[in-house]
Amino acid sequence: MKKINFPILIALLLSFAFFEVKAQDVTVDEILDGYFENTGGKDAWLNLKGTKTLAKLNQGGLEIPLEIVQLKDGRQYTKISIQGTELYQGVYDGETLWSINFQAMQPEKAEKEATDNFKLALKDFPSPFLNYKDKGYTVELAGTETIDGTETYKLKLTKDPKMIDGKETEDVSYYFFDKEAFILLAQETAITQGPQAGQIGQITMSDYDEVDGLYFPFSVSQGLKGGASQPVSVSEIQLNPEVDASVFAFPGN
Amino acid sequence: MRYLFVVLLCIASMSGMSQENEIVLKGKELFGDMRARQIGPALMSGRIIDLEQHPTNDRVIYVGAAGGGVWKSTNGGAAFQPIFDEHSQSIGKIKLDPSDPDNVIWVGTGEIWTRNSVSVGDGLYKSVDGGSNWKKVGFEKSERISSIEIHPTNSQVMYVGVLGALWSDSQERGVYKSEDGGATWTQVLYTDQKTGCADIIMDPKDPNTLYASMWEFRRTPWSFNSGGANSALYKSTDAGKTWNRIHNGYPAGKMGRIAVAVAPSDNNILYSVVESEVKEKSGLYKSTDGGQSWEFKNGDFGLVVRPFYFSRIVIDPRNPDVVVKAGLRGSISRDGGSTFRNLGNMHADIHDILFDIHNSDRMYVGTDGGLYRTWDGATTMEIVANLPISQFYQISVDNDEPYNIYGGLQDNGSWYGPSRSPGGIEARDWNSVGAGDGFRVLRHPGKPILYSEMQGAQNVWRYNMERNTTKTVQPLDVKGYDKLRFNWNAPMAVSEAQKDRFYMGSQYLHRSEDMGDTWEIISPDLTTNDKNKISKGDSGGISVDNSGAENHCTVFTIAESPRNERVIWVGTDDGNIQVTKDGGKSWTNTTGNLPDFVPDNTWVYHIEASVHGDGTAYAVLDGHSTGDMSTYVFKTTDYGSTWKSIATSEVYGFARNLQEDYVNENLLFLGTEFGLYVTINGGKNWSRFTNNMPPTAVHFIDLQKKTNDLVLGTHGRGVIILDDISPLRALNQEVLAKDIHFFENKPAIMFESGGFGGTAKEREFVGPNNSRNAKIIYYLKKRHIFGKMKMEIQDQDGNKLIELTPGKSKGINVVTWNGLIKQPKVAKGKSIARGGFTSPRVPAGTYKAIITKGKSTYETEVAFVNDPQSQLTDAERIANQQATVKLYDMSQELAYLVYELDEILDKAEEVKSQGGTKTADPVIDELFKLKEILVTTKGDNYVGRQEAQLRGKIATLYSKIAGSFQAPSDSEMQNLELLEERLKEVTAKFNSIKQKRVLKMMKYMDGKGIDDIKVMPYEDFIGK
Repeated sequence: MKKINFPILIALLLSFAFFEVKAQDVTVDEILDGYFENTGGKDAWLNLKGTKTLAKLNQGGLEIPLEIVQLKDGRQYTKISIQGTELYQGVYDGETLWSINFQAMQPEKAEKEATDNFKLALKDFPSPFLNYKDKGYTVELAGTETIDGTETYKLKLTKDPKMIDGKETEDVSYYFFDKEAFILLAQETAITQGPQAGQIGQITMSDYDEVDGLYFPFSVSQGLKGGASQPVSVSEIQLNPEVDASVFAFPGN
Repeated sequence: MRYLFVVLLCIASMSGMSQENEIVLKGKELFGDMRARQIGPALMSGRIIDLEQHPTNDRVIYVGAAGGGVWKSTNGGAAFQPIFDEHSQSIGKIKLDPSDPDNVIWVGTGEIWTRNSVSVGDGLYKSVDGGSNWKKVGFEKSERISSIEIHPTNSQVMYVGVLGALWSDSQERGVYKSEDGGATWTQVLYTDQKTGCADIIMDPKDPNTLYASMWEFRRTPWSFNSGGANSALYKSTDAGKTWNRIHNGYPAGKMGRIAVAVAPSDNNILYSVVESEVKEKSGLYKSTDGGQSWEFKNGDFGLVVRPFYFSRIVIDPRNPDVVVKAGLRGSISRDGGSTFRNLGNMHADIHDILFDIHNSDRMYVGTDGGLYRTWDGATTMEIVANLPISQFYQISVDNDEPYNIYGGLQDNGSWYGPSRSPGGIEARDWNSVGAGDGFRVLRHPGKPILYSEMQGAQNVWRYNMERNTTKTVQPLDVKGYDKLRFNWNAPMAVSEAQKDRFYMGSQYLHRSEDMGDTWEIISPDLTTNDKNKISKGDSGGISVDNSGAENHCTVFTIAESPRNERVIWVGTDDGNIQVTKDGGKSWTNTTGNLPDFVPDNTWVYHIEASVHGDGTAYAVLDGHSTGDMSTYVFKTTDYGSTWKSIATSEVYGFARNLQEDYVNENLLFLGTEFGLYVTINGGKNWSRFTNNMPPTAVHFIDLQKKTNDLVLGTHGRGVIILDDISPLRALNQEVLAKDIHFFENKPAIMFESGGFGGTAKEREFVGPNNSRNAKIIYYLKKRHIFGKMKMEIQDQDGNKLIELTPGKSKGINVVTWNGLIKQPKVAKGKSIARGGFTSPRVPAGTYKAIITKGKSTYETEVAFVNDPQSQLTDAERIANQQATVKLYDMSQELAYLVYELDEILDKAEEVKSQGGTKTADPVIDELFKLKEILVTTKGDNYVGRQEAQLRGKIATLYSKIAGSFQAPSDSEMQNLELLEERLKEVTAKFNSIKQKRVLKMMKYMDGKGIDDIKVMPYEDFIGK
């Protein structure tokens, strides 16, 4: 039997652009401005209250439906359907981060460090780059790189430091924007914890499509750079969804 | 063959195309998501040059490998990850900035323990983000950087020690200082073009005080010299402005390499190990006055052995009396250097030692055979089992299935191991078949016999792989011929034409027709036989070093033409390319036909006799051991009468090996000091292959004929495989101009072997297996970004079987399909039915793969064939398939039944809540009772699990049969019969409840205006 590894699907990130900027003197803000301008406009992104994404994790004959809800206030969940049973993973209710334990089928809280680190990223929705300066983040142009055979700009995003195993650790990720159209094609983050620490986690995005004026990638693959990845195909994205608030609440004690 | 002809025709027709119209794709644009596979092994690991620890966080350790790059551990050495995979893998020094050790890392490239086989660096690199990204900051001609010291509180001030070129004069040597954080550099100590800086040490308490060890040294292809009048130890007390020799107490006369260290806990105490021409005065010296005077302490073998290889001293950070010296076994003193004992048992040749910042009993030791750690002060050593930095000199492959890879390594013997193994390729899969430094290991073309060798053909073993017996068969001196001279890396070859034939090269070519029992010399001396370059046992300089590594004027490569066994090519280390067309009766030296720009006597590293023409061959020449780093690759089609250069400026670094494709003459693979290069147009353009392929030195390449796997023997990152290069064969201008082009692909085999996987534990390196899935390989002209791009597999009637995720890369995309389709729909219960996760496989056959990209669709075929090793009859296969389908359908039928039942139950609860208790209760009662025998209604997914009900029993039997390659057994068929009956019974029961109780409730609902029960059709439910 195949080992099931549920990826925590964070921000299905977005982009679209035919915003012309000369490559040789492009700045970080020009890339990001173009990125937002052409994915629906900054205002539209700022007005977005939340998303509900219906998707399928599909690997080697095993198909698992997912429903991912993210709200502007940070509340979120990923609902995984297995044989009709719905398992909530990575649920945040504004205070507690929790998941259903697959074996006991009972909700369990994430450890405090994970929750604290999660809270640091609450302001990221819908994109950490949206008004990143106000968030206290820094973004640098870290060069160019070929991703999936395509020339990209590599942006380095530094967010608030996280605690990893009791030690304060810088939170750095790299984002790769297509040079021709400023589309976000990939994200890379060094894994800081667990047996894969030190390896680079990679998310690649494609199949961008419009949803009510905003553009989202409908195909996302998450895995290790240079290694296997798990593809997720998105079937539907709803903007500003109505969600029963009780779903987020930690059901345990 | 017809397809091949068409491809060749296309290529031929393209040759007339004008240069400006030609589509030239480079690197990642061309290779898309074709990806190399690094299989190690790590069990013998490889040479380590330098170790570095974070100054305050003892979880963080860095390892600099000789040819395997930089590795970082964030868990105290339990596991390491490579962090320098885009740059030179030859490492001299790693240094963390003491002011920002989490982020700022400096790496000086070019290994500094200067054995004959060392790799080459290309400058100084800096990372400001803990190793995620690197930038080269100069010293491009330095070749080897030995030391980096940084001011403890002012990162702007730093020093770099450049050992410099090993094989040639160079001015880029000595001590350099920067006062602007590495932006600009000033050479503050320089001796001459032969003398480099072997080490700089900054006083731990006074950053203005520095010690610099300068070393006069030189290698040639035939000699090594350590020492001279210019080797010296210097001290500066004014931050590098002025330097004074501090030799008070040292012996007079010439000196060689000097190791030096200052005690971190007492900066007056220094130790140095001096290589002196006064032999009895070579050894350890101690100073207690900051180097003003030295006292001779000890001249033990462990301290004076091979100074060029072992000049490192490390002092316990807390105790100045505890001193460790690198060496053959490594030596430790606990009495201030008066007496020493060996370090604990581990691989020989110790190059660096690290004391933990908090606990001196905890140490790390870098050797020729990897990294070791100890918790008891280096008495007991344990190897780190996940550093795949092995250094192959040579590799070869056989024709077994799966094929094996054979090869010899620097100081780590000879081995063979499989290209795949259940659970991955791990330590237990590798077999030791030689000792010493291993080089060529060749499998007999028809028997379970291999030949392996150790340095200088001191032993050549003929090894029977089945009986585990050996015989040494190396050619011996015979009357009428000069004493045999073998290269350190002595050439051997076998013949496909005559399977018992075995060649070896000394200065002559030796041929045996009986697997090495009897030898015949079939050539004159093929070398220049230059007496000035032939060792007289005086190599080494001040310390004699006659390992045999400098044997010269020898044959280095032998190639019998695969088309004509009478055509044999021989290349020599002193520049001759000799060919015979009559099996050795007469020889022609074709070296003079090389282009004029090739210096005389340039080492002929490899000759590839082509399958494409009797007179066609490739020659790879390598001048690096004379300081010439040019790339030399030549092709002849006329037995060497003319040689045409096919290297371009796109290739970085000198080359050692070339592999031609057996099908497409224009497809060539070149192994260089900085990785793998590929050309698809016969050498007009070269691209470096970078997908999971670091720029490590590629010493040897082989191409497996059945699988088309390109197998690389790297000198620092073990064996790296590029699985199935056949798509590259079909790349031509016509293909590159298309939006999408599907490549032809062999049908995949539906292997029936499985097993339980390997035995490797958590921290042992395991090399990944190749994918056995069917592959859909296509070239995409542009990276797909906008709109849907889908791929689905259909049967020949166009029925959709499964969706796959297509690759979107520009260049070549490889999508794999394991022959499985979607798992069955399983009834919803309280717990999971594990059997329901099994996906059924399709029968062998040809299927359609359809890509939909925007409004366009593109179609190709993908096929499976049955395992040729299978014992199964067609009837048995069909029986398996039929039982699987039946159970698959039963699972889905039950899932739908339970879905409908749940919908009715929900409605009954609603009816009940609206006052219909009387009519709803019997429905609820009877349906729930029925449900309890269909699915689990309580419990969890572990030991609180409820006993399996009908759903679980169907899923279990389904999984048992669908996952096997057997006809269902009688017992299974009886079980199936029982389950079918049960399903019929419960369906009947359900229908009966519906007709009696539910119908009644529905009438009640009608009367009350309650909505109907809504149940989606079966097809919709299944497709959901």
